[in-house]
Amino acid sequence: MALLEVRDLRTAFPSKGGMTPVVDGVSFDLERGKVLALVGESGSGKSMTALSTLRLVPKPGRVTSGSVKLDGEELLSLPVTEMRRIRGGRIGMIFQEPMTCLNPVVRVGAQVAEAILLHESMSKADARSRARELFVEVGIPDPEERLDAYPHHLSGGLKQRVMIAMALSTRPEILIADEPTTALDVTVQAQILDLLRDLQQKRNAAILLITHDLGIVNELADRVAVMYAGRLVEMADRVSLLSDPLHPYTQGLLRSIPALSAPGEPLPEIPGVVPSPDQWPVGCRFSTRCPKRFEPCADQFPAESNPGVGRRVWCHAVAESAGEGAS
Amino acid sequence: MGAYVLRRLGYGVGVVLGVLFLLFLLFFTITAPEDIARKALGDKAPPEAIQTWLENHEYDRPLWPWQDWDENLLFDHYRKMLTFDFGVSDADDSPIIDRIKAGMGPSLSLTVPLLVLGLLISIPLSLLVAFFRETYIDRMGVFLCVLAMSVSTLLYIIGAQFLIGKVLRWYPISGFDASLAMLPRFLALPVLVGLISGVGGDVRFYRTVFLEESNRDFVRTARAKGAGEARIMVFHVLRNAMIPILTRVVLAIPFLFMGALLLEAFFGIPGLGSMTVDAIQSNDFSTMRTMVYIGSLLFVFGQVATDISYGLVDPRVSVE
Amino acid sequence: MSWLEPHILSNLVTLGLLVGLVFAARVVRAQRLWREAAVELWHRRRFAILVVGVYLLIGLADSISWTGGVPEDAVGVLPNAPLSILDRAFLDSREASYSAPFADVEFYGGDALRHPGGHPLGTDILGRDVFYLSLKGARVALLIGGLTSLIAIPLALLFGVCAGYFGGRFDDFVFFLISTMASMPSLLLLIALIMVMGRSTFSVCIALAVTGWVGFCRLTRAETLKLRELDYIQAARALGVSEAKIIFRHILPNLAHLIVITFVLMFSGLVLSEAVLSWLGIGVDGSWGQMIDGARDELSRQPIVWWNIAAAGSALFGLILAVNSVGDAVRDVLDPRTARES
Repeated sequence: MALLEVRDLRTAFPSKGGMTPVVDGVSFDLERGKVLALVGESGSGKSMTALSTLRLVPKPGRVTSGSVKLDGEELLSLPVTEMRRIRGGRIGMIFQEPMTCLNPVVRVGAQVAEAILLHESMSKADARSRARELFVEVGIPDPEERLDAYPHHLSGGLKQRVMIAMALSTRPEILIADEPTTALDVTVQAQILDLLRDLQQKRNAAILLITHDLGIVNELADRVAVMYAGRLVEMADRVSLLSDPLHPYTQGLLRSIPALSAPGEPLPEIPGVVPSPDQWPVGCRFSTRCPKRFEPCADQFPAESNPGVGRRVWCHAVAESAGEGAS
Repeated sequence: MGAYVLRRLGYGVGVVLGVLFLLFLLFFTITAPEDIARKALGDKAPPEAIQTWLENHEYDRPLWPWQDWDENLLFDHYRKMLTFDFGVSDADDSPIIDRIKAGMGPSLSLTVPLLVLGLLISIPLSLLVAFFRETYIDRMGVFLCVLAMSVSTLLYIIGAQFLIGKVLRWYPISGFDASLAMLPRFLALPVLVGLISGVGGDVRFYRTVFLEESNRDFVRTARAKGAGEARIMVFHVLRNAMIPILTRVVLAIPFLFMGALLLEAFFGIPGLGSMTVDAIQSNDFSTMRTMVYIGSLLFVFGQVATDISYGLVDPRVSVE
Repeated sequence: MSWLEPHILSNLVTLGLLVGLVFAARVVRAQRLWREAAVELWHRRRFAILVVGVYLLIGLADSISWTGGVPEDAVGVLPNAPLSILDRAFLDSREASYSAPFADVEFYGGDALRHPGGHPLGTDILGRDVFYLSLKGARVALLIGGLTSLIAIPLALLFGVCAGYFGGRFDDFVFFLISTMASMPSLLLLIALIMVMGRSTFSVCIALAVTGWVGFCRLTRAETLKLRELDYIQAARALGVSEAKIIFRHILPNLAHLIVITFVLMFSGLVLSEAVLSWLGIGVDGSWGQMIDGARDELSRQPIVWWNIAAAGSALFGLILAVNSVGDAVRDVLDPRTARES
């Protein structure tokens, strides 16, 4: 049994015509101690998927159906008080913008201590020394002074380290990292990634990494899931996906990485734009931009096919060439 | 910090000088001293009476410095106002400063309880409404606030006087007795009316502040840490909301002295507010002038105090 | 100059406003952003908008007047005075003195009325129909809110945008001016201005505008400062587009939503301020505030005369509540921050 099992998760927001789905039937497993990267463009629903597992979908949106099981325990039907124990306790989360994610009028040491005290009872002094140890662990220099600093005194990278310390302070089994380095400078990005990798290995934590950056995927991920317009399109282990992508969308993504293309040549791009939820085609959502589209694509959403060990693809073209035929 | 305070005070002084100039324009150029005399003595007063009146009130000088450097109204105006030499009322020749001293006490006895009680009532109410945002409690709360805000203060006063004073006869309709025992009886109704007429706007304002802070990213972080909604409201949201709330409160402090004009006049409380109302009704320009000046002084003082309090309360504000 | 009588001026202005309204409606229809906002607003506040509409119609009825056509025996009316549509509807409604709503006889004394049962809100001390007086107050209120805003908002825009955009000495001056004027307690300043300028409708509006423009000016200045730093504005300047064009094409349209929000929210504050002024004796003739002020003592009569104050108070409350309600919704719909969440 995987540590986190997500089955057919659907999240939607109310709109004029009813409910508009943003996560539309996503299923995946997160194994203990492994890093799963959830990749997609903005608007693909990857952040919402992560928030949905913790039931943190901002109102007025909500999870409409599906199942999220942590170690076999269904999270979506837990009473709120129990859910709060999971949040921050067994599943920690760090966000994209460290600038705004910390309370500006509370010292960072106190914010980390709050995370600890919400889940374990100990004296304030003990919580503070635990916070200091965490600061050391995440590589914050001068930890004792920094405990009393306010967020605006810290650089972006330091703030993100504080966020990581806060999230890991309760030794959670899972860390959800939503674009942890997107708002940071490139050099700082590398440091944070190293830190995450170290911590992951040391604590054997499972990480659900949300990102749009395939470079980060290459650095950290064990398995990769690609999302497009609210659904998964491909999922495989990192090496297979990056060296032999099967879904046309994944192929397009990889082709458009500047580092991988030939200098002097125009940068390949995927023509068109991601459709918004009210423009989703009936069949495969990528069909409007897919170079490999053929008959069934616009009308029928492709079923999951498994063209290899641990590989999942949702594509008529792939299914056909693998001999499985359109259903 | 010291330099910051000095700079703010310096700008405040500049503003006060500017206010005095505008007052001068308003009270001396748009209305000439002769007109004021005529209003005080009546239109049919003979020129000699007007001249005597002008001399007595020291208005018998040219307006501008370039007309007569030693004796002109502009310099007089500045000199007197800055030294708090307010002179006498244009209407009844009584010394203005004495009336101000007498009026401060009653005004404060009305406005201080009003401010304190107002805060004690509005902030918890707004927290409650913001806590239940998007539910029917919130919607009902907002609707009630808009309703309460839309009623003119006049109607509140008249209604309260009528209902409670006349029909129910719980409290005297008006009057004032400074003795400690009688004070609450006479203040009960005006304070009550002041609270009711103000609570709508206050709760709406605070609710907006609380909601804005509730939507910030650090609230989402706190939720992800496992904090409960109540804790989030009180520990995270309220702390951040204190800054705009404090602004409003500190800005209101100077007006404690000015008194609530309408409440004082209607309920017969002899404070600075009713003094101002008397000045209006008797065309007493010098008292009016003084009151606007004092009001501005207090306002500027309030703004400087607010800026300074920012530096103390908000760690992001560096007062280098 | 006999053709420039006040009532003809008023007719022309009303016509001008109607033309302006039609023009504004066309602009709203043409631009998607505004069209959608208008639809959303209608969706949310149908009733309140209708109420405001009714008040507008009543005010309109009182704004179109002409002379002549008055029967010889009309009571309490000068034969050559300009009368509005509203006036003519209530032409012969005068009684001698007080009468209760729907009464058949006078309140004090019991003499028969000229129109028994014909006064749904009774008559006042001079025998005038209270319903008629309440309706007339609509025009005054709309005038106060509308004319004042028409003066204050362009003034604030002019100073605020120029100060924010051009900066430098002019900005310093404007900022100082704003700080100074904002430091004067507005009610006191208002009273002082009226004491000095006189009590005509026009001077009251000017006084209200002088005390009211400062807040909006501060807002436009701050917004212009922000807008000026936007990339596409900087690009336009780099391309050599003239400053005037930038201001009209790029800055002002971005302030449009603020203008609308401010106008609606200012409106009720202005009308309420006038009520206070009326109570102090320096308000505008014919306003609801004046009616309330005049009726204050009537509550202590035996038996009570309540319909004057009830009518004026309700009319005032109705308009203010409707405008506040619409104003709230306007802000929710147009404010880019809160619009995101809905």
